[in-house]
Amino acid sequence: MSSSTDTQGTGAYAPALESPRSPYRRGKPTRSNWELHGWLFMRMSGVLLLVMVFGHLWVNMVAGEGINQVDWSFVAGKWSSPFWQTWDLIMLWLAQLHGTNGVRTIINDYAERDATRFWLKMALYTATLVVLVLGTLVIFTFDPCMDPASTLEVCRTGSAG
Amino acid sequence: MAGEKEPGTRSATGEEGGEGIATSGAAPSSDYDHAGKGGASPRQEKGTDGAGGIPSFDVTMRLRRYNPELDTEPHWENYTVTMYGTDRVLDALSKIKAEIDGTLTFRRSCAHGICGSDAMRVNGRNRLACKTLLKDLDISKPVVVEPIKGLPVEKDLVVDMEPFFAAYREVMPFLITRGAEPTRERVQSQPDRERFDDTTKCILCAACTSSCPVFWTDGQYFGPAAIVNAHRFIFDSRDQGSDLRLEILNDREGVWRCRTIFNCSEACPRGIQITKAIAEVKQALIARKL
Ligand code: HEM
Ligand code: SF4
Ligand code: FES
Repeated sequence: MSSSTDTQGTGAYAPALESPRSPYRRGKPTRSNWELHGWLFMRMSGVLLLVMVFGHLWVNMVAGEGINQVDWSFVAGKWSSPFWQTWDLIMLWLAQLHGTNGVRTIINDYAERDATRFWLKMALYTATLVVLVLGTLVIFTFDPCMDPASTLEVCRTGSAG
Repeated sequence: MAGEKEPGTRSATGEEGGEGIATSGAAPSSDYDHAGKGGASPRQEKGTDGAGGIPSFDVTMRLRRYNPELDTEPHWENYTVTMYGTDRVLDALSKIKAEIDGTLTFRRSCAHGICGSDAMRVNGRNRLACKTLLKDLDISKPVVVEPIKGLPVEKDLVVDMEPFFAAYREVMPFLITRGAEPTRERVQSQPDRERFDDTTKCILCAACTSSCPVFWTDGQYFGPAAIVNAHRFIFDSRDQGSDLRLEILNDREGVWRCRTIFNCSEACPRGIQITKAIAEVKQALIARKL
């Protein structure tokens, strides 16, 4: 059994504890409803996503001819309707913001150093921005007749030139 | 194994209390085994105690030890002691301290689940050592005892509770009233008292806060105990500081950090429904802000 104290009083050991009370400070209070809104958004977008994601899956994979119907013309057909354009746009933004806020929470949970936390979040926000901009652009500028050999009905009349 | 004991009559478990059975938990480099020198124990034959026929058994306590003056890293040590069916984890620790190694350090005061001094991690769960009977644990394996997680270890099983109490102080755990000093009792109806009854039971043991994975990685999170004690006043009809307290818990490190993991509710030795209390504070905040 080892004795833990300097019984000889020679002062031969240096106490490993630097100070009797390691200073612990609470961070500055934040005065905003940001986290409250984030929390609410996660739940409300979650409920909406439940409807939209499964509606999307149903229409694409089950209804009609099922999974075999999905090709260029199927997508072109859907996106020629403002209804599906709006549906996909909302789904894109909700899923993207929901996912980003979720991953932000996970980064807050797991990153131990402030620098790591900062850079992970920067990477996350960059990725979010790229996907949001690209996705929105595609939904609105999608040209079903990009392929000159297209046999789609919408393309036959206008594509003569 | 100590000479005074009789290996022949020992129960099958805990034989020699050696490396062979010391396999649970993440064991870093150094492991030491100790066995009771038996100076004062055992008083009687194994199996039963002459006094009242309480069954006795050998149990190996696997303790996470750290001496800041000697060690750079915490390490595990095993101690085998003879305990009785009425003994608790705390009794095993006291016996080890009294008979094997007096340097073993842990907090306890009341020894009856009231003061909240001896929360520790027993077999991976936060419990009060004084409320955990050894016979309710699997004593065929070493009983693993560690300090509670997420707070700096000072020595052996003693942690620095300051971060925990700092968060507690932040929510202003005292009655706030406006206006004149009371000239008579502040009357409260029984249903009004019932509203926050659950959260009055807290003994500030920190079992909940130190079981929360969010607190483990984010020491700034107020933690369940601070929210429980804020809840106790927020829902008290006599208190007039709930706006202040709610504003404090609306913080980035406040209730929104809670992920409804339920570890706190499982850990609480007072059986407080902590996750529910946190949800009620969230609800009150949303009702007030929107
Ligand atoms: C199907 C419908 C969905 C529902 C009902 C839903 C619901 C939720 C809720 C309520 C949370 C908050 C959990 C908490 O605060 O502890 C959450 C978190 C999260 N969600 Fe969703 N969500 C859905 C779809 C999605 C989608 C499509 C994504 C990916 C883009 C996603 C990614 C995440 C992530 C990364 C988190 C954070 C995980 C965590 O907090 O532990 N979710 N979800
Ligand atoms: S709420 Fe329960 S677990 Fe948390 S400090 Fe109070 S008594 Fe301990
Ligand atoms: S010693 Fe007081 S609660 Fe366990």
